[in-house]
Amino acid sequence: MNQAHFDALIEADERIEPDDWMPDDYRNALVRQIAQHAHSEIIGMQPEGEWITRAPSLRRKAILTAKVQDEAGHGLYLYGAAESLGTPRSELLDRLHTKTQKYSSIFNYPTPEWADIGAIGWLVDGAAIMNQVPLCRCSYGPYGRAMVRICKEESFHQRQGYQIMLSLSQGTPEQQAMAQRALDRWWWPSIMMFGPPDSDSPNTGRSMAWGIKRFTNDELRQNFVDATVPQAELLGLTPPDNALVWNAERGHYDFGEPDWDEFARMVRGEGEIPDVRIGVRRAAHDEGDWVRKAAAAYAGKRDARSAA
Amino acid sequence: MSTVFPQWEVFVRARRGLDHQHAGSVHAPDGETALRAARDLFTRRQEGVSLWVVPSNEIVASDPADVGALFEPAADKAYRFPTSYELPPEVDHM
Ligand SMILES: [Fe+2]
Ligand SMILES: [Fe+2]
Repeated sequence: MNQAHFDALIEADERIEPDDWMPDDYRNALVRQIAQHAHSEIIGMQPEGEWITRAPSLRRKAILTAKVQDEAGHGLYLYGAAESLGTPRSELLDRLHTKTQKYSSIFNYPTPEWADIGAIGWLVDGAAIMNQVPLCRCSYGPYGRAMVRICKEESFHQRQGYQIMLSLSQGTPEQQAMAQRALDRWWWPSIMMFGPPDSDSPNTGRSMAWGIKRFTNDELRQNFVDATVPQAELLGLTPPDNALVWNAERGHYDFGEPDWDEFARMVRGEGEIPDVRIGVRRAAHDEGDWVRKAAAAYAGKRDARSAA
Repeated sequence: MSTVFPQWEVFVRARRGLDHQHAGSVHAPDGETALRAARDLFTRRQEGVSLWVVPSNEIVASDPADVGALFEPAADKAYRFPTSYELPPEVDHM
């Protein structure tokens, strides 16, 4: 009965809401997906946050601060959506801090130059938008609604990044070279943000049937390449892929095969950066404990006073 | 003296996929009764698929006098909006 009702709702492309009965597998898959998404938003604050003090002008500092603040907000929208499935936020954060849940490995690449901030906004937020727009129609209501809020805010992220790339590519030869280096660094990692190829993505079918995924990894990847190549051309920059060519017959760009071994290494969390990211995150949490204690003590004191 | 019931704020979800929205309030002795009263008052024509009722005195509201302090600081941060980034027409849909 419950299962039949759930199946009928999914079949009709209706939304599932928190009070509805849902299969355990659906609930668990969603908690994992939304939590991982939330973790990615807040860990993603770090590579960009490192550049706030070094951004080249007061305007760029203000913009970057606003973007990092947005990403914190995105994390909070998503933790809220995950909590509506019955797992408390404290538990989700524990899973991040103990590495039992992952975040997107795109945030484990270094950002050695200012142009990386441009490339992140343009490519990483661009890829995120490609992923997130279809999720506004996710079958789970609270997740879809969080995505609507997030997507509204992402456009500014991508545009400010592209504008950084535009200024650099119209600048001195050194600035142009820096912009090209950033594209070289971020092109393939961005392409791999869409996950493994469909042939190697065992959960895709189930996720599509449940409406918690709307397009396959390879479909989204193709959309991203098609949208991004002309943007690179406009900047006078060249993506680091010799196989990249317009295929008039398909009406799409053909492109080369990403280094899936590197992808696997990144997903496994190899290298030093994952420990840095989790270390910074844990320190922020632990060092903030006195603030939470003080706030709780203050609230307790006020309660006691109003009870007296 | 007549009995006065506490007030409840009523939130209606018009259909699946949408947030509950504030619809108004009812008076009732308890939550269950408030739900039934809300059903009769706000959804006689299938205006909703889900109801929330919340004791009105549990709602903490911002003070209208604080509007400036709370919301004005966002006014001079135009860079939070996509429109403050001028891009060439070919990519302006971004
Ligand atoms: Fe975000
Ligand atoms: Fe973003």
